[in-house]
Amino acid sequence: MAEKTDLVAKGRLIDEMSIKNRLIEFFTQWEVLLSIIFVLVFVFFTFRTPYFLDWFNLMNATFQFSEKAIMALPMIFIIMCGDIDISIASIIALCAYAVGNAAQGGASIPSLIFIALLVGTLAGLFNGIMITSLEMPAIAVTLATQSIFRGISVGLLGDQARTKFPTNFGFFGQEFIPGTVIPFEFVLYLLVMLLFAFILHKTTYGRRLYAIGNSAEAARFSGIKVKKMRVINFTLTGFFCGLTSILLASRILSVRSNIATGWDLEIITLVVLGGVAITGGKGSVYGVFIGSMLVGYMKFGMGLLKFSGTLMTIVIGSLLIIAVLLPRLLDLYKANRKLRLQQERRE
Amino acid sequence: MPDLTFSSFVKKALARREATLILLLVVLLVPISIRSPQFLSAKNISTILNDMAILAIVAIGEFYVILSNGIDLSVGSIIAFTGMATGMINQADHGFPPILLLCVGMGIGLLMGLFNGVLVAYGKIPPIITTLGTVNIYRGMTFLLSGGTWVTADEMGTAYVGFPRHTFLGISNLLWIAFLVIAVFYYFSRFSRTGREVYAIGGNPTAAKFVGVNESRIRVVVFLISGMLCGLAGALWTARYASAVNEMATGFEMQAVAACVLGGVNFSGGSGGIIGVVLGTLFLGVVTNALPVVYLSVFWQTFVQGLIILIALTLNTVSDQRKMKKLLAQRRG
Repeated sequence: MAEKTDLVAKGRLIDEMSIKNRLIEFFTQWEVLLSIIFVLVFVFFTFRTPYFLDWFNLMNATFQFSEKAIMALPMIFIIMCGDIDISIASIIALCAYAVGNAAQGGASIPSLIFIALLVGTLAGLFNGIMITSLEMPAIAVTLATQSIFRGISVGLLGDQARTKFPTNFGFFGQEFIPGTVIPFEFVLYLLVMLLFAFILHKTTYGRRLYAIGNSAEAARFSGIKVKKMRVINFTLTGFFCGLTSILLASRILSVRSNIATGWDLEIITLVVLGGVAITGGKGSVYGVFIGSMLVGYMKFGMGLLKFSGTLMTIVIGSLLIIAVLLPRLLDLYKANRKLRLQQERRE
Repeated sequence: MPDLTFSSFVKKALARREATLILLLVVLLVPISIRSPQFLSAKNISTILNDMAILAIVAIGEFYVILSNGIDLSVGSIIAFTGMATGMINQADHGFPPILLLCVGMGIGLLMGLFNGVLVAYGKIPPIITTLGTVNIYRGMTFLLSGGTWVTADEMGTAYVGFPRHTFLGISNLLWIAFLVIAVFYYFSRFSRTGREVYAIGGNPTAAKFVGVNESRIRVVVFLISGMLCGLAGALWTARYASAVNEMATGFEMQAVAACVLGGVNFSGGSGGIIGVVLGTLFLGVVTNALPVVYLSVFWQTFVQGLIILIALTLNTVSDQRKMKKLLAQRRG
């Protein structure tokens, strides 16, 4: 990409820019735009309904999106490498089935957590190995495993439900941090988010993810173990599917085979909305964080205003398309602008 | 230039995916029919074919999108919207001719496909993102259109509901339509200029552009085809199941993609054929239908389908890689 070859020149250019130019450069970043939209949405709902800007309500609303937001984080890694995983909802269902079944048999809470994480990790590992060992497209493999993982829980559970859980099991998905109105789920999400932000932006592993996304071939030639990292990404995602299944099962205290149906696309939507390029190599944890919060609170606010969930799906679908279309237009605008600036300098 | 001698034709035909699929189908059918002889009765075969007809129509549309190295995730939602639209027209006016309803469905589908295609071709948004967005938008539009209500069987005209079931020369209208679609698109993909250009764009976009293929036009065309066939499928769906529900055809895109994968269509674009897709659909239908025969609960259907897709995918990939190796060896001499 031309943009990357003259990074130094670009840096020099920005240094020489006027304040106005720098502001334009700043505000045309997707993460900044997303934050502005987020603030606008908050202001809009605050004026429209008195129930929106209420500490308790705002915190309570996080129950509705914390689980999906958690799943969006490992998905960043997968999409960053140019892969995709459309089997996560099925892995969650499989883990939830294992948890529900073990709980029925009287397993303790620590062993339930262990089972969920183990099943999820193994399922993710299976995805990763299938994809990388034969170099099969991730979307095709996870399409198949989507049916396989879901199929196992449907086959074993049928039309039954598992509703017997240990007494304190509801804590993970329903309770608040003692003495506050902050849900445990949300705190967990924030912690996991910080962890992923650290890995992606502050470690060599994170930098390598960007390298693979930009050019897997070049990354391989520079000594990055591309296949191994991709397997790790899928395994990590599986692990977090296990974690999410615990939260989900704990929140609704009932496991059916159709649990979390349709989450795959919703979670991928969150990631792409957050500015992660579907072709890989571009994006940030902050963007996905703001994107998840935006979608979550927009749903909450529209619910308060008695908009139907239907309208919401249209809004999210449109947002997704705009999220990809707008940066492209901005890039075009920036490129034109850069050309003009360079010409001006020459004159 | 293609080799046109008869013997090379036979050799090529046997090496193709279609031959493998037919062989697999036969291998599958023999033990099933021994176990339960009525499986191969005319009645059961016609049931299977009728069940798979709509999927075959949609899978052909999906085939063109995958062929151009894209994917269309919005097919289920387009089916729902067009199905709901035709259902509501029929609800308002029982006398509306079914053929016209199919045309209305195709028209709406074309528009929805056009929207997808323009975003992909001119907005330069990857197909998976575009259709991930429109799957939500179109589903939402279905709810808005219906206001959340259903069109039930007793609100629909008998002419429309009966239309897919009516037989002509002993074959139901639904099957005739499916045959027609298969024939038209077989011709289109094999012998028309645009059809061949889709292969070219999917196989190597850069090379295709150099020989003068208009990439944007092809990308719009594939989504138009997919949208139109989904519209047709939506209109047929409402008639066949005698109801229009907001949630109809949810997840149908996965079935369509699965049929393509089974039919040997390559995800990186540029290879595969209509016959393969049809056979893939048929294979899916036979397996689903055969589960009760081998005393496996219907609940295992999803699992078995997934397993078959994974196996087919692995076989595809291994044979492709073997072919590539052979080519490389030939080039080295």
